[in-house]
Amino acid sequence: MNRTTGRRLTAVALTVVALATGTTACSSGGSSSAKGDDSGTYTLWDPYPQFAKDSAWAKLLDGCGSKAGVKVERTAFDTSDLTNKVLLAAQQDNSPDVLIVDNPVVSTLAEAGVLTTTDDNKLDTSKVDPNLLAAGQSGGKTYGTPIGANTLALYYNKEVLKAAGVDVASIKDWQSLTAALEKVKKAGKKGITFSAIGTEEGSFQFLPWFWGSGAKLTELDSAQGTSALSLWTDWLKKGYAPNSVINNTQTTSWQEFASGDYAFAENGTWQLANADKAGFDYGVLPIPASSGGNAAAPTGGEFVTVPVQGDTGRYATAQKLVTCLTSTENLYATDTTLSYVAPTSEVQDKQIAADAELKPWVEAVKAAKGRTSDDLGTKYPKISEQMWKAVQSALSGAQSPEDALGKAQSAVK
Amino acid sequence: MNHTTQLPDRRSARAGTGVATAAPPPAPARARRRPTSQQWAAWAFLAPVTLYLVLFYAYPLYRNIDLSLRHYTVRSFVQGDAPFTGLKNYETVFDDPTFAPALVHTVVFTAVCLVFQYVIGLALAVFFNQHFRLSATLRALFLVPWLLPLIVSASTWSWMLNSDSGIVNAALNAVGIGPVNWLTSPSWSLTSVIIANIWIGVPFNLVVLHSGLQSIPHSLYEAAALDGAGAWRRFWNITFPLLRPVSAITLLLGLVYTLKVFDIIWIMTKGGPADSSTTFATWSYRLGFGNLLPSFGPGAAVGNLLVVAALVFGLVYLRVQRKQYAS
Repeated sequence: MNRTTGRRLTAVALTVVALATGTTACSSGGSSSAKGDDSGTYTLWDPYPQFAKDSAWAKLLDGCGSKAGVKVERTAFDTSDLTNKVLLAAQQDNSPDVLIVDNPVVSTLAEAGVLTTTDDNKLDTSKVDPNLLAAGQSGGKTYGTPIGANTLALYYNKEVLKAAGVDVASIKDWQSLTAALEKVKKAGKKGITFSAIGTEEGSFQFLPWFWGSGAKLTELDSAQGTSALSLWTDWLKKGYAPNSVINNTQTTSWQEFASGDYAFAENGTWQLANADKAGFDYGVLPIPASSGGNAAAPTGGEFVTVPVQGDTGRYATAQKLVTCLTSTENLYATDTTLSYVAPTSEVQDKQIAADAELKPWVEAVKAAKGRTSDDLGTKYPKISEQMWKAVQSALSGAQSPEDALGKAQSAVK
Repeated sequence: MNHTTQLPDRRSARAGTGVATAAPPPAPARARRRPTSQQWAAWAFLAPVTLYLVLFYAYPLYRNIDLSLRHYTVRSFVQGDAPFTGLKNYETVFDDPTFAPALVHTVVFTAVCLVFQYVIGLALAVFFNQHFRLSATLRALFLVPWLLPLIVSASTWSWMLNSDSGIVNAALNAVGIGPVNWLTSPSWSLTSVIIANIWIGVPFNLVVLHSGLQSIPHSLYEAAALDGAGAWRRFWNITFPLLRPVSAITLLLGLVYTLKVFDIIWIMTKGGPADSSTTFATWSYRLGFGNLLPSFGPGAAVGNLLVVAALVFGLVYLRVQRKQYAS
């Protein structure tokens, strides 16, 4: 090989490598420094980029900081970015002092040894509803306290149901719900919209039906689990639900419902503010279980946690900050801004007193169940991935519900 | 380096070369051992590039290879004590039921996109080479897909291809064809992302091939026309062979771009439904980031497979080029 080709070879090789690493090497990106040199500054990361510097949330943080005698430096991340950012920061021993993170991530971070337990950080979680706290517990230890909770229920369009001659009170189980959808379709309207996208959102939306059938996450391919997936698949086949649900996020699903053509939409507490703007009369119904009663919906919402620090002296102040953020009056203010249900009965009562419409949501939250509960912990993400894949396979017609769930179960093992 | 130190240096360097050409230097051994200031300057100029390459290419690549050879759990990722497991992650990836479909999709996606992008791009380039009125304006308009941020074009495509409210299905309905589940049916999703990607890639091919066409001397065409060659003949016997070097680099760059296409697929289908549009790029992302519990090792392994694939084609390109020079 002569010299010029040798040089050209190196050049092409470098170019190719450079272009290709652009996508593949993101995992080793740097991390921003979380801690200032000033020990009077405490860092806090949250997944609420929608709140600007002058928002009530930011002011609350400043207030809690000055109460504890420190300055709080806040960084907001997109919630899907936060897990990896936290893992990288922990790898560099650069974790924030206080971390607010989506509840199913808590067990993963706890497994990674990133979070302190309530034994270490002395947080008081006695007032929190046990079903909500369970999402932050693993191996008998508690890794934080919820700042608020949300869950799923069925929104319905009163005008569409009235035109189709459906009485909401008659909807008690899956059979009556399907019958209602049939009537709606016959009346020329669209039945129900939900989100079955191939991400965690899809699993989150499928869970109320899955749990409502009596199935357990440890056995995806049980007869009950199959019945839940068959329910969704049949809705699609019969045209009660649009085919687009396979690619719908919860936001796009909501947009479909907001068009006014749909009778039902499965969506969360956080859409309440948008529901008022929708321009039609709506109601909220807990998701029915297969043979009557309310199905357990998964809990959403974030946990306030205290990550492990090299300097254990920082925990005392971090604990003060978290206690301030989750104090009764501050919880009320925060959960109202976030459109969340509070995690303690005391604040929930206050919320219902202020807004009676929240009542079905508070009930749904009380019946809700953490995704990582039942001591699933870090097994949940694997199960969830297989579950959303199975849902997508069945809904798109690639596989029957039985085969899809059977394949999912064998992939988990 | 400042001026005061530079000046004497430069003078001595000149003197040194002067002596060297006139007569043997008094102490050649010493001069050879100590690099001259010119060499220092050369290294100084090289340093930023080297540093840049090391920091932003060599180190990430090394980390990616390292990641792919260790067994990472979230705990060992944070503690930094992941055990070395050799090629275990690659075995996991090869044994994964997603591997075969992802490989097929990557090959089909890349090949089909490249062929269509190149053919359409070349046809348009030849067309715009006619220099008719408004040809420059039209050519500029064709660049729009290339200029749009990918998230905008991909979101627009996914709206247009929506099964229930998309404009494409509405148009099909108007001519009496039933709705197609572009993004939500396993048999169509790959086609949909390919169509969107071809649309995005055509302008790149158009621009590069068009500039290649302009370097072909016009006199050749005139001579051929005088000899009675038709338009087809002129294309196959003049345009196509003379455009070969440009075509080769266009195709190579296109290949690398297409292999790593991620945004369009992720935004439009997330690789689904049921892995029906998963390529290595989206699979790598999903393993590393698309789950609450990231599996960095296998994710990095898939990424490295992509790097190797791109490298192999880079070498193929070199061989082809060397042959061309030889002939």
